[in-house]
Formats: sequence, C-alpha cells, structure tokens
Amino acid sequence: PHWVSGPEAEVQRMAWAVAAVLGLLLLLGSPGGCGGSPGPPRDSLREELLLSPLPSGDIAATFQFRARWDSELHREGVSHYRLFPKALGQLISKYLVRELHLSLTQGFWRTRTWGQPYLQAPAGAELWVWFQDSVTDVDKAWKELSNILSGIFCASLNFIDSTNTVTPTASFKPLGLANVTDHHLLRYAVLPREIVCTENLTPWKKLLPCSSKAGLAVLLKAERLFHTSYHSQAVHIRPICRDASCLSVSWELRQTLTVVFDTFSIGQGKRDWSLFKMFSRTVTEACPLASESKIYVDISSKTQENELLEVTPPPLSVHEASVQGDRRTYAVYDLLSPLLFNVSRSLNVQLKWKRPQDSLDLSTPVLHAQRYVSGYGLQTGEISTLIYNTHPYRAFPVILLETVPWYLRLYVHTLVITTKGKENKPSYIHYQPAQDRRRPHLLEMLIQLPANSVTKITIQFERALLKWTEYTPDPNHGFYVSPSVLSALVPSVLAMKAEDAEKSPLFTSLFPSADGSSYFVRLYTEPLLVNLPTPDFSMPYNVICLTCTVVAVCYGSFYNLLTRTFHVEEPSRGGLAKRLANIIRKVRGVPPL
Amino acid sequence: MAAPLVLGILVAVTVRAVLYRSSLAGFISERVEVASPLNAWKRVVEGLALLDLGVSPYSGDVFHETPLIIYLFHFLIEYSELVFMITDVLTAVALYLAVQDFNKVVFKKQKLLIELDRYASDVAELIRTPMEMHYIPLKVALFYLLNPYTVMSCVAKSTCAINNTVIAFFILATIKGSTLLSAIFLSIATYQSLYPLTLFAPALLYLLQRQFIPVKLKSKDFWLYTTQYAALYLCSLVVIVCLSFFLLNSWDFIPSVYGFILSVPDLTPNIGLFWYFFAEMFEHFSLFFVCVFQINVFFYTIPLAVKLKEHPIFFLFIQLAIISIFKSYPTVGDVALYMAFLPLWSHLYRFLRNIFILSCVLIVCSLLFPVLWHLWIYAGSANSNFYYAITLTFNVGQILLISDYFYAFLRREYYLTHGLYLTRKDGTEAMLVLK
Repeated sequence: PHWVSGPEAEVQRMAWAVAAVLGLLLLLGSPGGCGGSPGPPRDSLREELLLSPLPSGDIAATFQFRARWDSELHREGVSHYRLFPKALGQLISKYLVRELHLSLTQGFWRTRTWGQPYLQAPAGAELWVWFQDSVTDVDKAWKELSNILSGIFCASLNFIDSTNTVTPTASFKPLGLANVTDHHLLRYAVLPREIVCTENLTPWKKLLPCSSKAGLAVLLKAERLFHTSYHSQAVHIRPICRDASCLSVSWELRQTLTVVFDTFSIGQGKRDWSLFKMFSRTVTEACPLASESKIYVDISSKTQENELLEVTPPPLSVHEASVQGDRRTYAVYDLLSPLLFNVSRSLNVQLKWKRPQDSLDLSTPVLHAQRYVSGYGLQTGEISTLIYNTHPYRAFPVILLETVPWYLRLYVHTLVITTKGKENKPSYIHYQPAQDRRRPHLLEMLIQLPANSVTKITIQFERALLKWTEYTPDPNHGFYVSPSVLSALVPSVLAMKAEDAEKSPLFTSLFPSADGSSYFVRLYTEPLLVNLPTPDFSMPYNVICLTCTVVAVCYGSFYNLLTRTFHVEEPSRGGLAKRLANIIRKVRGVPPL
Repeated sequence: MAAPLVLGILVAVTVRAVLYRSSLAGFISERVEVASPLNAWKRVVEGLALLDLGVSPYSGDVFHETPLIIYLFHFLIEYSELVFMITDVLTAVALYLAVQDFNKVVFKKQKLLIELDRYASDVAELIRTPMEMHYIPLKVALFYLLNPYTVMSCVAKSTCAINNTVIAFFILATIKGSTLLSAIFLSIATYQSLYPLTLFAPALLYLLQRQFIPVKLKSKDFWLYTTQYAALYLCSLVVIVCLSFFLLNSWDFIPSVYGFILSVPDLTPNIGLFWYFFAEMFEHFSLFFVCVFQINVFFYTIPLAVKLKEHPIFFLFIQLAIISIFKSYPTVGDVALYMAFLPLWSHLYRFLRNIFILSCVLIVCSLLFPVLWHLWIYAGSANSNFYYAITLTFNVGQILLISDYFYAFLRREYYLTHGLYLTRKDGTEAMLVLK
C-alpha cells in the first residue's frame, strides 16, 4: 500500500475539510431548519381588533393576536423559534403543559350594563393550566411554572401556593384538543389582590412578533390603556388540530387584550369614537409578519330599518355572524388589502351616532350574576350569590365554582339555594373543605336555572383570627375572596351554523360550541372584600410577658404549696433595720426592741 | 333526700327547655366562651353534613370531634336537645351518688383517725359532722345543674357536656371502687379530650386507698395493682381507638382531633390563655411555646400526687381545675365541672383567704366577656386587647381560687394534727407560715 505523505497530503485534507464545512453550511441555511425543499411556512400570525359599542354608551376594544405553529413542541427537540415566543415554547416543553391560560385584569366587566363579554376574566390574576398525563408531580410542576410565569409577566404569580390553588372537577374543561380529562392534571388559581399595570403590559407586548412597532399593536399605548375602567390582558396556549383530519397537533398562542373606554359614562365626552380618540394613535400598516390583519366594528342594531351607527371610512366589506346567540353585523377593515391605504396613509376608524339616543336600550344578557357579603360584625357572615336567567322560556344548568380562602370557615350545612321561593337542589355538588394554612374551600355545584328566574345561593362562614404575621400589610383593608365562576351552555335564540374555526374571526373561536342551539359562556362575579378580626399588632412582647406572668403566678403559688410545709412562726432576731436600731438604742442607753 | 334532687332536676330541665325555645339559644350558641372549635354544635352538624356529602369530616379543618360523637349523633341528631339535657342530668346524678359515697368514706376515715387518736385535742370545731355533710351531695348536684355555665353550655349544645358526663361517671366508678369501669370511663374521657389522661394518678391513688394497698414503691401489691389498672386503661383505650378506626376506616381522626388539641392551629378567641398568645407569637418560637404551654396540664400531676397521696379526691379536683385552666380550647363547661365540687370542700371555708374577692373577680369577668366581645367584634370601639385582658383576669381568678383552696386544705390538715390554737414558746398566739 502506498501512503500519501508530505505537502500533497496536506492539500488533500484541506480540500475535504472545506467541502464538509460548505455542506454543513448549506444544510443549516435551508429554510425550515431541516430537509432540503422549502415547504409552506410552519407558523402563522393573525391579528385582529374588535370595536364594539356597549349598550351603556361606552366602547370595548378587544385585541387578539394569534400565533399558530405546526409543530409538536413536546415530541421534537425544538430549538428554532420564529413567531412563537421562545420563552413560552420552552416552558411548555419543559413542564409538559397541555394548556395554559393566564389573565391579568384590572376592573370588573359589568355584564348587566355592558352585555355578555367575548372573553371575561376575573379581577386580578387568573391562571389555569392543564398538564400532560406524563407529569408525575403536578403540584411541583405547577409551583415552578407559576414562578417562571411570574418572572416572564412581572406579576406576583409567585404568590400562588397551595392556599389558593384548587382542582375544579367540572368548571374548567380543556379548550383545545384533549383526550385526557382527568381533572387531577388541572390546577386553577386566582389572585384577586393583584394589581395590573404597565410593567405587566410591556412583557406581554414583547411576546408579539411585531412587538408594538407595527400592525395593530401600535395602538397599545400604556397611558391610554390604563386610563380605562376595564383592562384585561390574557395569554391562552392550547393545542389545536392542524387540519380538518386532525391527525397532528398545532400549537396556538392567543394573546388577547380587552379595554373598555368609559368617558361617555363618566360624562367626559360624547358617544362618538375614533381610534385616535381612544388610543391617541392611528393604524398605518399591518404587521408584516401577519397573514391576516383585520379590524372589526360591531355595527349591528336592534332595528334593521334605521341604522344608528355610521362608520367612517366606509368599510370594504361586512361580515355577518351569529355570536352568543345573536345575529351581529361587523364592518371589516382588512389591513392587508391594498385598497385600504390608497386614500390616506393612515386608518382612523370613526363611529358616529346618527341621532342622539335618548333611552339607552339596556337589553339584559341571558345569564348574569352578582355576589355580596352580608352580615355585620367580625364573627360570622354570609356570602350570597344571585344568578339571573332572563331567557323567556328556556331553563338551563350552570356550573358554579366557589373558591373561598381557609380563613373564612364555610359551613356547608348552611348552604341554601332558592329559586322563586322554592328550594333548588343542585344536581351535582363537589365540596372540598379547607385545611388551615394549606388549602382553600372548593365548592362546585351544578344548578338548574328555570326560565326567567333569579336563583339565590347563600352560605354562612365564620371569620378566623390569624397569627399576626399572616395578615397583609394593611389588615383593616380586608381580605379578597376570589370571584366565583359560572360556566354554562346558554341556549341561543337563533340557530347558529357551525363555522370553520380557521376562517371565522378570532373573537368567536376560542370556546368550542357544542352545537348550534347553545353557546358557551363563562362569567365571573365580583371579588369580595371581607374584614377579619385583627389582633393588636403593636404588642407581641406585652402579650408574651403578660400571659407568661399568669402562667408563672400559677407555677409560683403551686410551687409554694407543694414544696413548703406549715410551721409556727419562730421569733426571729430581726432584719438589718431592727439590728441597726438596736445598736443605736444601745448607744443611747434605751432598752432594745 | 331524693325528692329535692328530683325537684332540682325538674327545675334545671325546665330552665333548659325554656331557653331552647327562646331567642337566646342562637345568641348563646354563638358565644366563644361557650362553644370552642373543638366542641361547637355547629361543627358537629357540619361534620354530619360533610359525611352526607360523601366527604370525610376530617378532610377539612372544621370538624374535630371523635368518631364516637359522629356515631352518637348520626342517630340522635333529631333529639339533640334531649340528649344534652339527659347528659346534664346524668352528670348531676353521677356526681350526687359519687359525693354521697365519698362522704361516707370521709366520715369513716375521720372516725377511725379519732379513735386512733391521731387528731390534736382542741380540733373539735374542725371535725365534720353528719349534719353538715348531709346536704353536700345535693349541693354538688345542684351546683352543677343550676350553674349558669352549665346551663349555657347545654343550651349551646356544646359537646363539652358529654365529656363532663364521661368524667362524672369515671369519678362515680372510681369512688364506688370499680377498677374496670373506672378504667373504661377514664379511657373514654381520654379519647374524647386527651387531657383527662392526668386523672389516672388520682384515680389510681383512690383505688389503692380503697383496697388498703399502701403506696410504697417497694410494695409488690402496689405494682401489681398499678399494672392491672394501667393495663385495663390502655386496653380499653386501644379498643375504643380501633373501634373508631373501623367506624370510618381511616386514621384521619388522630391528627384531626389530637393533633388539633396539641398543636393549637385554630386561634378563635376563647376563655383560655392560648389563643392570643399564639396569635402574637413569633413564628420560630411557636413550637417551643406550644410545648411549654401544653406541659402545664401534665406538669403538676406528679408533685400533686406526692403531696396529696392521702387525699386523692382533692387531688382530682385540683387536677380538673388545672385541666380547665390550661387546656388549649377551654370553655365555661369545663369550669362548671370543677366548680361543682366546691360545695364538697365547704369545710375549708374558714381557711380561705380571698374567697370574696375571687368570686367577685370571676363573676365580673363572666359578665364582662360578652360586653368586651361586643365592643371588639361588633361595635369596633375596642380592640382585641380588651377581650384578652378579661381572659387573663378570669384565669388569674381561677388560678388564685384553686391555690386558695389548696392552701386552705393543707392548713386544715396541719391544724388537725397540730391543734387549732397554736402557741409560741413564750405562750403568745402563734402565726402559721409556709416554709
């Protein structure tokens, strides 16, 4: 055999190395990160803004950004992220999350005057997560996950612990693709005390592919968004079907933000609105990464003949949909359409009321609820929940979930449910009593609501005295009780036809509707503020001293009686004073004492 | 003799029946002095409601009764008022019979000691007469039945009344000299509220005395009998605990009942010393002070047994009082039990030093409890310190009352052997001092 040696061999080796490196570079450079042929993009972004005038004269703006990724996050060692935020993707694959829903809300959605919300969230922070069934220690994963989310969203989610986490059995079903409904994989927590501010909005905006640089997200200016009576931002992650055959899974990240501008209600403005008035910005372009970018304006009116609303510029198209049991008409502005920015460079959608409406038609929603604490004093109390069914002829069941902290000791034997003056027995009841400093009360009930009725649910509680270190820094402000959750399939007046989820607007497609005759509603009641008796925080030392003194009094007197015996008093030589006196007396020549 | 007792029982039952029907019943059952987290009727009902829902009553932190109580009220919930009236009557009758028997024993013993010439010559005033002792059993029964504390406890349906009945039966069995029944009732009492464990010592001393077995560590009979009694006690305790296990098929009741008694997690105000102390305690000292406070009940037993080995029933009385002062969730029902024994020691009256002041303190405190509670919880014009102060005073009153009785008892014993009129060497009247 002949061995190549010397300078020739060196050149040959170099050539091989260059070829290898080039090949590697080519491989890496190919789109999609694998294979050679460029396939269709595996992820897509849709953005959407829905403006809906509320019956009270205010206006709600709902932003939805949906990133969809045709990738199985759990199976593959995914490392290349494009539109889907890497922080959340890694979280899902590390903690084997099946579904994650997080919302941060300031204010309360007034269902009675504002109508049924597309997506309500409870005041404060709400987090619920379904884990994969391969997770062994769900509580540990939940704890770590909430801590990481706390870091990502700059929220106090790290205060989620066993005292405010529950595992509901019926209220929270997976919204996405799921074949496991074992509720032990679910964790749900609400922090009603959480205050939402700019620091929570900024990280939320950073998750958007265009950030707040382009597209609808330019409207998200913090000083306008927090100058509202309701602000709710949320993140929903869930697996969905990749196509109609549903053989493989895609991941969907929905970022939603709802704000209600209420300058009309508080008497500072007219009922006319424009994007500029609301956000002090206008839209100039769609996000370049988005495959769909639309603005919807709800222009439906009760009476078809005289339209009350006038929208400028005139919409390019109109979309009709049946939403929440009601037929609604939306003016649609497609930001990707070249026609839109032909006339002017920016889009400032304006709404004008054609004639001033004297009487606001407050059509009450079919299902709404309110909750309050009654009773006086700091010893006991009663939580009352009123649930209204205003449907004229249909009865329907509702699942009520109550989570009450352990320091309000619920007495389930005092639970009374009355409808129209009669007792209403819940057909399903799941009660998990609280354990002191470990877990909260969980009460879940399935209650049948007769047509056109008010159902009153009352339960008594006792207020506990806590240790002085367990009180919040402002103890006399009170303690928050998280809102109760109502989940119901509300029968709709109109028959709704099933629409393709991919084609329909985003705001209609988060909750899957079972069939055409009913739609799913999840409502949250008001959070409660309950006062507890407080000890005097200024005197731990005094109390320790005084109580120990009493114990010592007992010890002292018993010790005396137990160890000593009775004796006849012997005449003593006297104390020091007597002896001194006697010395003086001796000197003076007087007989001693 | 039985007629006045029946009359007393009728009056007591009438008072209770009237209060059950009045609007006061609701008010009384909410009072923290009467119903503690351990024995409130509301919590018994809650436990049964949880059982009906298919939830273990011990899975939450509301129900802390023993499984035996569940079993009892599972059948008797409809007749609960009747049950509580009957338990009170039974307690009173048991105390009546026990004191009657005990008086006979005391009288016999006194006669024996006089015959043996153990007493000093001038103590005729201190010798107890059948006339004076005749009404004591009745007084004890009525003191229990008509004591406002007992009445309130019964009206609030505090299960403390049931514990009192068990303890009263235990005392009756002990005084009647039944080793087996005494051990069984003691184990039930222990099972119900843990602290009666300390009553083992006085019961054993009394039973030994009845069998004329001297309390000597070298005596074989003493050890034999002690082992027998302890074995009976432990066996019945094990049987009851196992029975409870089979009732619900879980051991959950052990941490939920005894863990709850010992670790004091519930700081709902009551008349005891624990609640405010642990509400204000620094977290890292908490465990230490829980131990220090719990030990108080058990701490005095051995020294008392040594000092009072000749007088086990007085020892029992002192121990009952110590339990009611130092238990973690005391109620006025516990106070009522030891107060029922006060007429039994009426012969000590002349040696009590502060009885007037102490009775005034206890009465005033009892009246101030609801007032200061109202000011703190409802009116908001006072704070927790007000209520705490009154619990402190109440407990100081109880402690001084008991130590006063103890002092008087020891003093009377001294006079009996040394003569009532003591003189010094120089013939002047002598003072008696503890040294």
